[in-house]
Amino acid sequence: MINDKNYNRRYVIAGIAVLVVLTYIVRLFVLQVIDQSTQGKAETNAQLRQTIYPSRGLIYDRNGELIVANQPIYEVTVTVHEMQNTVFDTLGFCEKLQITPEAFNERMQQICNPRKNRGFSRFSPQVFMGQLRQEEIAALQQELYKYDGVYIRYRTLRDYIYPIASHVLGSVGEVNQRDLERDKYYAIGDYSGRDGVERTYEKALRGEKGLKVLMRDSRGRVQGRYKNGELDRSAVTGENLYLGLDIQTQLVAEKLMHGKVGSIVAIEPQTGEVLALVSSPNWDPSTLVGQDRSANYQALLTDSLKPLMNRATQAQYSPGSTFKVLQALIGLQEKVITQSTQYVCNGSGSRPIRCTHSHGRYIDLEEGIEQSCNPYFWSMYKDLLQRKGYVGENEGFKDCYQEWRDHVMSFGLGNRFDDTDIREQASGAIPSVELYDKIYGKTGWKALTIRSLSIGQGEILVTPLQLANQAAAIANKGYYITPHLNKSDSMKSEIHRTSIDEKYFDVVHRGMARVMSDGTGRWYNVPELQICGKTGTVENPHGEDHALFIGFAPQDDPKIAIAVAVENAGFGSKTACPIATLVIEQYLTGKITRSWLYDEMEKINLIKN
Amino acid sequence: MNNRSIISGIDWWTIGLFLVIALFGWLNIYGSSYSFDQTSIWDFSNRAGKQLVWLATAIVMGGIILMIEEKAYDVLGYIFYGAMILLLIITPLLAHDIKGSLSWLTIGPISLQPAEFAKCFTAIAVAKFMSQYGYKVRGFRDLIVPFLLIGIPMLIIMIAQRETGSALVFGSFLLVFYRQGMSGYVLSGGVVCVVLFLLVILFSETSLPIGLGNMGQLLSTLVIHAIVIALLGFKQRDIRAVIIVGIGVVVCYGIGLLVNIWIPVNMNYIGIASLIFTVIYLLLHALVDRRSSLGWIIGFVILVTSLCQGCDFAFNNILQEHQRTRIEVLLGMKDDPKGAGYNVNQSLIAIGSGQVTGKGFLQGTQTKLKFVPEQDTDFIFCTVGEEWGFVGSAGLLLLYLALILRIIYIAERQRDKFSMIYAYCVAAILLFHVTINIGMVLGLLPVIGIPLPFFSYGGSSLWGFTILLAIMLRLDAARVNKMQG
Repeated sequence: MINDKNYNRRYVIAGIAVLVVLTYIVRLFVLQVIDQSTQGKAETNAQLRQTIYPSRGLIYDRNGELIVANQPIYEVTVTVHEMQNTVFDTLGFCEKLQITPEAFNERMQQICNPRKNRGFSRFSPQVFMGQLRQEEIAALQQELYKYDGVYIRYRTLRDYIYPIASHVLGSVGEVNQRDLERDKYYAIGDYSGRDGVERTYEKALRGEKGLKVLMRDSRGRVQGRYKNGELDRSAVTGENLYLGLDIQTQLVAEKLMHGKVGSIVAIEPQTGEVLALVSSPNWDPSTLVGQDRSANYQALLTDSLKPLMNRATQAQYSPGSTFKVLQALIGLQEKVITQSTQYVCNGSGSRPIRCTHSHGRYIDLEEGIEQSCNPYFWSMYKDLLQRKGYVGENEGFKDCYQEWRDHVMSFGLGNRFDDTDIREQASGAIPSVELYDKIYGKTGWKALTIRSLSIGQGEILVTPLQLANQAAAIANKGYYITPHLNKSDSMKSEIHRTSIDEKYFDVVHRGMARVMSDGTGRWYNVPELQICGKTGTVENPHGEDHALFIGFAPQDDPKIAIAVAVENAGFGSKTACPIATLVIEQYLTGKITRSWLYDEMEKINLIKN
Repeated sequence: MNNRSIISGIDWWTIGLFLVIALFGWLNIYGSSYSFDQTSIWDFSNRAGKQLVWLATAIVMGGIILMIEEKAYDVLGYIFYGAMILLLIITPLLAHDIKGSLSWLTIGPISLQPAEFAKCFTAIAVAKFMSQYGYKVRGFRDLIVPFLLIGIPMLIIMIAQRETGSALVFGSFLLVFYRQGMSGYVLSGGVVCVVLFLLVILFSETSLPIGLGNMGQLLSTLVIHAIVIALLGFKQRDIRAVIIVGIGVVVCYGIGLLVNIWIPVNMNYIGIASLIFTVIYLLLHALVDRRSSLGWIIGFVILVTSLCQGCDFAFNNILQEHQRTRIEVLLGMKDDPKGAGYNVNQSLIAIGSGQVTGKGFLQGTQTKLKFVPEQDTDFIFCTVGEEWGFVGSAGLLLLYLALILRIIYIAERQRDKFSMIYAYCVAAILLFHVTINIGMVLGLLPVIGIPLPFFSYGGSSLWGFTILLAIMLRLDAARVNKMQG
């Protein structure tokens, strides 16, 4: 139609078409090429990500005996969005779970309230009931298909074979906000080791969560696997953990500490492996599993006896007479005494420290140890510290004191062990020159001022763990491997040498053997075990004295070193020593022959209600 | 005329584009109705299978149309039109209510939407009327009948059948009228009305920095004045009038601002006052100086002003609730991705997530998992966007553009006015459908449910468009024969 005055209008119409299409292509370019945000939104829409929880690694004792296993539990989850799309048979659902419709409504309100349930989403599964056993969900499981939006999730909880070793094992609980921030691995509702080895070895024990990505449609119904399972990952079971613990010894040790406040630490001297570690009072670890965890934990937290505190590693006592063996070694090393050096003891008339035992006037080192003779060790300590005299600002004396302190600390006292998997530790304290300078002034203190140190009293503080380690170092004749719980070799790399030469240990061993055969421990000696020991009674200004014992056995080839602390038990020889010998007997022979002693010890109740 | 000459006269470009679009469309219907556990393509009970039947019958129908004598349309045009109007009236009486719409007729196993065929017969009637001997668009009077021809089915479909989308399609005939001589001002006037409507709605809640009133009304009066001044200056070349109107506006707002120092003034009233001043001046100017050509400017001002004033009212009182929400969501006044904006939001996610090359055939999660509603009918473009990406969706747009441009080209090469006008009707209808449908899916236009031609699932629409196109091809083929004969 050429001869037409509106001929050019075809360009306008064609132009409109071109303009519209160009506009739309630009819009498409922006949406599809420039804007990258929609990709993720489409994935969020279509993906239903289901976590597959791995089984936590099992925990075995040193003999391969299973001590911590897993038990299956079930969680019933609800996805509100999916429930709303159907007629939900509330009554039937309640009947299957044996709850009342009121409880159902209350729980649903709780779930849907974002203030009470902060992770709430209508589109993701929310825990309706947790910690259910197989038999509790069986009825629901059979007819699960009837309830849209209801899923049953399988998790595992800890199952403790023995009701003991709570401080060593720790517990597993739900992750908190800080864990979530620190480690992206965790999601809300995940479990992790809260304390003990569960926490130390969390990364190995937890394994790796798996992932199943499903496709869901707009109504939330599952439509199959997303991209044929391309994104799926299977769960990796956690690694098993082998502890140095001897569970039977631990069992005996805990029984013996029943009704007492205190602790027992037993170590294998050659390896540093902890054979038993008891802190009393304690709890049955299975009470901190499942639904009752928080209530039970709260009860432990408010208990006036502080059961959550690990007394074996965190309680600090003066070592008392158990320290005398160390003093002897230092004296020998510094050549202040030889094994035949004799000092005079005036018994209870001795000054400045009297003797609490009765023996001859002149005694040598072995007998000094055997009789725990205070004057002997005071005299030796004085000679040790004053051998360079007091010159000027007492430099010679302070030098000697510093040397003595270094010797003491070479046994692992006064500091936390840092190359260990024992988390909670107190450092103990070996007073420094600076501390005494501060208390008494630079020239204000002399050997006499700090005389209590000679017999392990005064400002010196040690933990039972350190005492046990000291016993191990003595058993090893001069070295120790930091005590640790894991049986694997990675912990045993470093041998810590003490500053005492090997040759000086024999006489001390003999002295400690005499403690058991003729001295304070003679009532509880079992000769065939060749126990070497040293009792201690620590003055307690707040009440009855604390009883201590350190020792090892057998003398020829020590297999176990031990420290026992019983608070408010009076003489170390009365409770700490018999308990130690029973633990040693159990470990070395696998049985208790003195069942009368065992029963008697178990019956002692020092906890006042 | 024999069949061989028809075949030689057929525009194979159009047929080719039609087939490519229709087959690509079927592939996407198959894709969007495909569920991940389906096994057979040849299952005729599902949507893709049914659509294949619709497509085959449509092609057969197109073939039959190509064999019918082209004179039939010209001769029987009004009878077809009358019969169609009757059918449109009967439909809501027989129809079952489907989602509020009364536009479906069920005959045995198939359901048809007569409205989809109404476009075709209206186009024939319009073409017949406008191609009659001696007919020319000189003024508005000549367009009364054509407007009635499109207005009657439009009103029936909108009011009786409650299908706003299908009714609006008849607006596309304005392009045809424009090509035939209707003033371009009607088209631009329409655009101005839409812009003003959007301004008033969009800024109706925005308060002014000075005085009372809202930004929407103020902007609309200013835009009207700007248009008046532009028309006076560029079209009428009446500089005196431009100056007087300009001074009038400045004085009006000046007084308003001055009074506002003491008493708060509603600036919207000032705007209306200035428009009234302009109208009075132009009336006097027209009467005194015998400038009758100013008449339509005055008419424009009065019409548009009352439209703007009535806009809020119309928006709040005449539009249905869902239409209002759709417009509000589109204009960003309501952000409600789970409610009214849900469809468009999901559709944008679907298209956007396709990225450059798409997720691949049958790999679209947004559409497969039914996050996008109406994914095989009105929102089928989402499937294209998600599975074929920018390449596929821009490509489809270009195919439509090529088809429309080809039809305009065909229209312009007709010797016969009836064929030319009819072809323009086809181009205009297709352009309107593509613009509205894809504009809606891309979140640029409100949600108006009309299908994408040859592409969306649905027998009525596929048949309707195929018949529309086939008649045009038949008319075009006759041109070749006429030339030969």
